[in-house]
Amino acid sequence: MHEMSLAEGILQIVEDAARQQGFKRVTEVRLEIGALSGVEVEALSFCLDVVLKGGVAEGARLELEKIPGRGYCLGCGETVPVHALYDACPLCGSYQVQATGGTEMRVKDLLVE
Amino acid sequence: MCTVCGCGQGETKIEGHEHAHPHDHDHPHPHDHNHDHEHEHSHADGSVHSHPHAHEHSHGHTSHDHAHDHLHDSNTPHYHEHKGELHYGLGPAHAHAPGMSQARMVQIEQDILGKNNGYAAENRQYFAEHGLFAINLVSSPGSGKTTLLVKTIEALAGSLSVAVVEGDQQTSNDADRIRATGAAAIQVNTGKGCHLDAHMVGHALERLNLPDDSLLMIENVGNLVCPAAFDLGEAHKVVILSVTEGEDKPLKYPDMFHAADLMILNKVDLLPYLSFDVDKCIEYAHRINPKLEVLKVSATTGEGMQRWLAWLTEGVDVAVSARQQNVNLLRQRIAELEAQLAQQAAKA
Repeated sequence: MHEMSLAEGILQIVEDAARQQGFKRVTEVRLEIGALSGVEVEALSFCLDVVLKGGVAEGARLELEKIPGRGYCLGCGETVPVHALYDACPLCGSYQVQATGGTEMRVKDLLVE
Repeated sequence: MCTVCGCGQGETKIEGHEHAHPHDHDHPHPHDHNHDHEHEHSHADGSVHSHPHAHEHSHGHTSHDHAHDHLHDSNTPHYHEHKGELHYGLGPAHAHAPGMSQARMVQIEQDILGKNNGYAAENRQYFAEHGLFAINLVSSPGSGKTTLLVKTIEALAGSLSVAVVEGDQQTSNDADRIRATGAAAIQVNTGKGCHLDAHMVGHALERLNLPDDSLLMIENVGNLVCPAAFDLGEAHKVVILSVTEGEDKPLKYPDMFHAADLMILNKVDLLPYLSFDVDKCIEYAHRINPKLEVLKVSATTGEGMQRWLAWLTEGVDVAVSARQQNVNLLRQRIAELEAQLAQQAAKA
């Protein structure tokens, strides 16, 4: 996907929180990024460095929690790990796998001063 | 800026909506909390005593962000006063050094697309309250969305009230085509934007003044990538794929086919002239989304249109009966409360 702009979305959330709660510095940003969310984690981390410059979260440590992809296989009725939306079920080879987890992209919490 | 692809959003225009306004706006609702509580603490000399303790703090919140944190602003001097003493060592870290603030964790738990999702929830509630069946039509440019809409409106004329929100980067050509059928339509020009968002649709709803118990079709900007991520409050995303495109599009643009509940394979009247493999295309689509329903349609010849119209009519029926049920429940509650009131009044 287009990580530079997701980074801007994160910046907006951080700035909103800073305004509401009156903190002046963010030292750590924790994100939850699902494996099926379409986000390239490396690219996002690079973009965040650039976008956060000059603001309350400049130089903040980035903690990325990857949420593994999960799906329910209609073929064998099992919940299985999924690496991509077009993956086959690792147990039975069926493509009838419905993604049930790992599509989220969220700002979890911030360490602030 | 679009938080998905970085496209500009400064040029959004909604027909009949004169002034330009920024895309995101806050609705501040400042409110104050007072917490009075008693707490006990020990002193170095071993004496223990308790005293009442008041906290006062205020926080504003924007329309859909509910990050509430009840710790103190670390940049204001923090002290507890009792018996004429100022005590600086009772903060969260039980220590204080001049100029040094105390680190704390702020829970955010916010979706990166949370702002849009908040507006979408408002739209969804509006649809539910008015018995509206809203669908979000997504596809590549040139898949035949507008022709399908025009034919659909013509076929439903007299049996169902239909309105359309038309999303395009520029021009009101598509809304003009819809209005020529007699249906209400409003054009939203996204300028440099690559998709409609829930906020734009909310504004369009204000202008459309939809009749209750009707069908709303939102034709998104022709784009198989970005609209997938933006909930508009619709009941279903309907992805339209024409057989003049590649049959492997579901694999190339999986997010969109994953987000949709129905795929319309359009222009099937052209199949004899093409090498498009329908079965393969449907198989690819089901790899991405096993629950995806598929309808084969030709808006031009009318092939498959009956099933599409039946799907729409059923959706409207469900929305209408859900609203009706809600109204009945409310009436029932009123009756119950009135009975209660009568009982109380009789006693008094």
